[in-house]
Amino acid sequence: MTWTWFHRLASPPHIYGLAGRLTPWFAWPAALLIIAGLWGGLVLAPPDYQQGDGFRIIYVHAPSAWMSLMVYTTMAVAAAVGLIWRMKVAHAVAASCAPIGASFTVAALVTGSLWGQPMWGTYWQWDPRLTSELILLFLYLGYMGLRAGFDDVQRADRASAVLAIVGVVNVPIIHYSVTWWNSLHQAPSVMQLGKPKMPLSMLTPLLIMLLGFTLLFVALLLVRLRAEVLNRERAANWIREAVSA
Amino acid sequence: MRSLAEFFDMGGYAAFVWPSYVITFGVIALNVYWARRALERARVAARRRLASQGEAR
Repeated sequence: MTWTWFHRLASPPHIYGLAGRLTPWFAWPAALLIIAGLWGGLVLAPPDYQQGDGFRIIYVHAPSAWMSLMVYTTMAVAAAVGLIWRMKVAHAVAASCAPIGASFTVAALVTGSLWGQPMWGTYWQWDPRLTSELILLFLYLGYMGLRAGFDDVQRADRASAVLAIVGVVNVPIIHYSVTWWNSLHQAPSVMQLGKPKMPLSMLTPLLIMLLGFTLLFVALLLVRLRAEVLNRERAANWIREAVSA
Repeated sequence: MRSLAEFFDMGGYAAFVWPSYVITFGVIALNVYWARRALERARVAARRRLASQGEAR
């Protein structure tokens, strides 16, 4: 088996060009899906029989929370690949993930808090789901702080990768926290195959939003990855062509 | 179809629903801005590096 395709894929000039070409193919569908999901969630979906129109927070809260977990998992896998195979591009992917994930974790926490007040009577509770999500935010911030503490990129890559990989144990804890412990937070309503708990008129806009946010993440990651790859290259000839345009 | 006033009232939950949407779309907008700024800064820095290498030769 030949590995040339793999090395070509992982080479900085190839990644820089490929990421640039792919970005619009993710950014525009993401924008269209999010607009469609917004219309579906705010206008087309019927009010909930218990929560009235208050339940519509789900269309921004659940996608933000999904982002917080998916981005962290991507970051940890990329960090592991970088650490094991000494692949610089994988480390660049991991480093690009952190600010995106951290900001959507903040969105998940704040929108959850705004949902909790009218439904549970409190903005915050030291509940397993809420606490583990807050720990996720600290993991992202710790990862970024640790990277910022190194002048040498390769040492920053290795040290922060270890933190990202160790912290990934928090991801299943967040997901299963509502099943394992008594939690104020409701049980999952989407990730239940076979018996969806929501009518299709409510579920469809949510699925559209989840897909839209996922594509948005890929588009943001591609742009940030190009920046990371450029910053990591020293005196390579391809850069002259890349930045002259 | 609901009236526009009813839509903005969100069944009395306006004070919680609208801030949630504003914050989430604010985070999206910031992410788009930050990502584009990061790429632009990286390009500027790369051009500067190339220029200083040119002088050294």
